[in-house]
Amino acid sequence: MNVVNSPTEEIRARIEADSSARVVVTLYWASALFWLTFATLAGLISSIKLHSPNFLNYEWLTFGRIRPVHWDTAIYGFGGLAASGTLLWLQARLCQVKLPFRGPLIIGGIVYNLGMVLGVIAVLAGYSTGVETLEFPVWAMTFLVLPFVVIVIANFTMYARKKTQHTYVSQWYLMAVTVWFPVLVLSAEACINFGAVDGVAQAIANWWYGHNVVGLFATPTGIAAAYYLIPKVIGKPIHSYHLSLVGFWTNAIFYNWAGTHHLTGGPLPAWTITVGVVGSMMMFIPVVTIGINHHMTMLGSFHLLKTSPTLRFAVMGSMMYTVASFQGSLEALRSHQEVTHFTHYTIGHVHLGMYGFFAPLMFAMMYYAMPRLMRQEWSSARLIRIHFWCTLVGTALYGGAMCFAGVKQGLMMNDPAIPFLKVVEFTIPFLQLRTLAGLILLSGTIAFLINFGRMMARHKLTFADPTLFTSERNWDALLEEEQKV
Amino acid sequence: MGRTLFLALGIFLTIACSVTGLVILPNWQFQGLKPVTKKDGVKYPMPYFGDNHKGRAEYISHGCIYCHSQQVRMKGYGADIRRGWGTRRSVPRDYIYDYPHQLGTMRTGPDLANIGARQPSRDWHSLHLYDPQITSPGSVMPRFYYLFDEVKQGEAPRAGAIKVPDGYPNRGSVVAIVPNERGEQLIAYLKWLNQSFPLPEAQQ
Repeated sequence: MNVVNSPTEEIRARIEADSSARVVVTLYWASALFWLTFATLAGLISSIKLHSPNFLNYEWLTFGRIRPVHWDTAIYGFGGLAASGTLLWLQARLCQVKLPFRGPLIIGGIVYNLGMVLGVIAVLAGYSTGVETLEFPVWAMTFLVLPFVVIVIANFTMYARKKTQHTYVSQWYLMAVTVWFPVLVLSAEACINFGAVDGVAQAIANWWYGHNVVGLFATPTGIAAAYYLIPKVIGKPIHSYHLSLVGFWTNAIFYNWAGTHHLTGGPLPAWTITVGVVGSMMMFIPVVTIGINHHMTMLGSFHLLKTSPTLRFAVMGSMMYTVASFQGSLEALRSHQEVTHFTHYTIGHVHLGMYGFFAPLMFAMMYYAMPRLMRQEWSSARLIRIHFWCTLVGTALYGGAMCFAGVKQGLMMNDPAIPFLKVVEFTIPFLQLRTLAGLILLSGTIAFLINFGRMMARHKLTFADPTLFTSERNWDALLEEEQKV
Repeated sequence: MGRTLFLALGIFLTIACSVTGLVILPNWQFQGLKPVTKKDGVKYPMPYFGDNHKGRAEYISHGCIYCHSQQVRMKGYGADIRRGWGTRRSVPRDYIYDYPHQLGTMRTGPDLANIGARQPSRDWHSLHLYDPQITSPGSVMPRFYYLFDEVKQGEAPRAGAIKVPDGYPNRGSVVAIVPNERGEQLIAYLKWLNQSFPLPEAQQ
């Protein structure tokens, strides 16, 4: 084994890893941002439709089609591509090797995007499979699965060629993602869309998949990013190696079983639901250990949040991981589900997880890695600030409005004396608040897109120092100066 | 290498266990479920056929599942039965012919497991799908106007047309509506949805 010894060698290996990953990772992340904008727009349209049903009321844009397009582009388009980019870059860096199979990975990225476009058109045209989270027809889904063959091989190749002696905790999570994701998608497709299981067993397979695609794909990548970025930016080692070990394996064992709580009260034998509830309760162990590890590492370094954009997004993500996971575990309880199941509460929770935890960690990853890939700094600190505050305020407003409305909606629905349309009427102001939250999130995404686009266009008006929130010289200022001259 | 293998194998085992326990085991448990024969010799449940089969495809295609569930929770858990959404809880046997399942997880609109029993009228379904404001003022359901042909004032009356009520504010020059082929199919499916037969296992 070629072990890297001296610091200069280590830095050289890092630069080599970064430059080898440039084209692939930039392609994955740029497409991820495209799909994030698309998903946010689709979400906004869906949200408006729920309080103004006549808005854009065409067959192709009916709520039942644009709403699955929103979620599928968010999880597969943004989630899949942002996570894959993160996986490839982080693994190359942590193994200190060049990214292998760059050609096939680029083709893979293009094929994946093509699959997304076809899937979206299919759902809008009415060819959805009708299975939540697996709406894309099997032929479109194939385009999403094939690139993963290359990604998985690339990941294992890097790990086999690694020049470092130890394996960092982030790498366990990245390895896990590449083992889980193919098994997950292939089993779910076989069970449901190829009809290997019957009747209500499909529903279990559906929610085993629907819950795990978040928990075994988005969550581990997010945790891997937090484990890498927080110690990296503040320059301290992670709080406890042993805790991270406990956190990893308990997460791997228990998350798998939690999905059936999505069917509480449904036409299933009680044991299947009980397993889901127990799995969800046991999730407190990994959530608490991972939380302690992230937050204890941060202890004493909170002042750095004032300056570092990467750290601010990463800490927001890791804190929301704790919040959303506690909420999720409690939500699985039967007494909780009696009220909040079938309501907007669940939608609120999903957004706290995806937009409060996962997305900020992917943003943090991009803010950290893109300057190293492009050898160029972010051009505007102001745009990063706008992006951060829109993400935080938008998510908080969304989660707050939907979770509060959901509880009340559930309580009202469980009181048969209240007519159903009264329940609908009650939710409308909150649904309007959600539209406002969606607009705020969209504004943040656009701010990020502008900054990202300027970097892609290799604008010359940038500087050598890292762009921090406290950076006085920023692109806008330089542009003003130029105009004065 | 040994540790890498241990890691990969361990990770694979975690998911292999859950897919066995949560998907394969329940499937074994339900695989043997057969329809029961009612006193009149008719079986329940019956496979979908003809229009209600095609209508199910329309239901899926328009994504009704994102606002409507098809499952009645048991007495004492929620208020499904007290709201009149069903006379008994739903059980696995109700769904043996459902490909893909449409249990749903959201109730922006009411549960539809028994909509055929609750609303058996073709007229009601037509008006409700054409514009929910006619039958359910304040509803946030979109209009599915493209599933209907409109009969305007002065046009020749058509067979099977449903009169649009006079008090309907957005009536314009439309006097009646006729479900088109897809509309008839969707209505046939909705009218088919009925879990009122008292299956023995649902009584426990």
